[in-house]
Amino acid sequence: MRICVVGCGAVGSLFAANLATLDDVEVWAYDVSQAHVDAINANGLRLTGAGEVVGRPCATTDATELPACDFGLVVTKAMHTEPAIRATAHAFADGCVATVQNGLGNEETIAAHAERVIRGTTFPAGKIVEPGVVQWDVKGDTTFGPFEPKPAPFAEVERLAEACTRAGMPTHAVADARGPQWRKVIFNASTNPIGALTGLTHGRVCERPDLRALVSGLVAEGKAVAAAQGIVLDADPEELIDHAAKPEVAYGHKASMLQDVEAHRQTEIDYLNGGIVRFGREHGVATPLNEAIWALVKGVEQSWQ
Amino acid sequence: MIRSVCVAGAGSIGSLLAAHLARVSAVSVLARREAHAQALNEQGLRVSGRADFTASVVAATDPDALPEPDLVILACKGTDLEPLSARLAGRFPGATVMTIQNGLGAEEIVGAHGDWPLLSAVTFMSGTRHGDTHVEYVLDTATWIGPHRGTTEADARIAADLIVSSGLKAEAFADLRPAQWSKLIFNATVNGVAALTELPHDFHFGQEERLSDLGHLVRELVDEGKAVAAAAGVELHDDPWEMNMLATQRGFRHSPSMLEDVEARRPTELELINGSLVREAAKVGVPVPLHTAVYRLVKAKEASYSE
Repeated sequence: MRICVVGCGAVGSLFAANLATLDDVEVWAYDVSQAHVDAINANGLRLTGAGEVVGRPCATTDATELPACDFGLVVTKAMHTEPAIRATAHAFADGCVATVQNGLGNEETIAAHAERVIRGTTFPAGKIVEPGVVQWDVKGDTTFGPFEPKPAPFAEVERLAEACTRAGMPTHAVADARGPQWRKVIFNASTNPIGALTGLTHGRVCERPDLRALVSGLVAEGKAVAAAQGIVLDADPEELIDHAAKPEVAYGHKASMLQDVEAHRQTEIDYLNGGIVRFGREHGVATPLNEAIWALVKGVEQSWQ
Repeated sequence: MIRSVCVAGAGSIGSLLAAHLARVSAVSVLARREAHAQALNEQGLRVSGRADFTASVVAATDPDALPEPDLVILACKGTDLEPLSARLAGRFPGATVMTIQNGLGAEEIVGAHGDWPLLSAVTFMSGTRHGDTHVEYVLDTATWIGPHRGTTEADARIAADLIVSSGLKAEAFADLRPAQWSKLIFNATVNGVAALTELPHDFHFGQEERLSDLGHLVRELVDEGKAVAAAAGVELHDDPWEMNMLATQRGFRHSPSMLEDVEARRPTELELINGSLVREAAKVGVPVPLHTAVYRLVKAKEASYSE
């Protein structure tokens, strides 16, 4: 089996390194960072922290070098989906393309360039420490399911999930993967921008009753948009938000969007709150709070120009 | 007849008023810092920008060291109004006191510390302080004055005429509430959005092309404010949305004070401005979910650097 990880950032590297330890899987890693690619090809891709792994994928910054693959696994930031899949689509002409990216709309973007698409959501997290070396912070499950408008055959979804699980990334193949995806999107859209706008960590957002009520307002809008599409969430985002606020879980965690804002990097707001607003409009569900938060974070991004 | 004025609080607005008024009346300045009072006594107060002159003023940090004025203008920030009013308790019994703070409720705060006759004012002029004795006159928009406790429109007119004769713009109103509410809605909207996005008040606030453009949010915040004003029986003097568009079309990227405050990690006037609007909304039973969200977010942002 040949798999190409498209976008070898922190999470992409977790998949690429683990999958590359399997004898029966050939892994390619496509990324735009020449330094990261060169380091991977010279010394392998090393994970430290939650797991100690060295994998040896074939890394490249040149998409034309990619051979025909059975699977693509898109792991770029959501705003880079379009150029990444456009550059690599030729390698998946006879294969399937899965996404485990944040936010909404990635499957639709991929489906414009690929025939068989797999919807996915993943929870592991990490960060690139230096080229070729990734700190694995959090282990977690991944869920795959066929993307309904252009589905991959379920046997293929199961084949990819089985390979990931065997490689140390526990993965479930399900008929409808929207529940976990919307649960994660609602969690992120209701908490990340609040941290980004206020500068507060997750725990400090949740311990302010007035701010926690605003988070609940955002969650309620997201749930209504999910329900209007017949999506059954696999867990209640409210409970997950409170769980994460505990001191032993993620009280002091700065949301990735807050880190983006502090570094003046473009955020994924268009695919989180923006995605909820767009899907809400399609299904006739009003999302005034998500619209307000979307506009405010876009304003923050505009303030850097 | 106003022959002497005490300006309490010499930030940019206080400095602009003190320097200009010193050309037509005796002016004293009640400062908070000794060094500030001393510098004003020694060097006077310089105005640049739309005017260019240096005025001499008498300054002190103790109200008892200042001559009894006919008019006291409280020009401090809303966050300093309570302690400043407390310092004036029992002083200047013959004076009329004028508030000029943003938001609502300044008159009540001051009125609790003495039974002076009160005038209300809102100002749209702006300046930039370049140190203790130099202020740049930036926006030459008017100050509006109306009667409050124990005063009449005629008293407001006397104060407005004095300000006009000093070279600034001012206008008297029989009822200031329509103007005060216009500015309240404008300020709660623009200051709140600027403090959260860290954008100066520029063209983004009027942009409504894409779904995520900030102009939509600004318009919805203004509409919530208008609904509260209507329910409170206030007919607005100006449409806050038009005030917003006019300001953004001036081609001048003004930094609202709440933005300057969060950038300098200072306490903001959130309670007097956005807090007032949210509380008035609750009083008249009008839901303001977006203003409530902005209020909570700015409050939390302030907490991120002040706790």
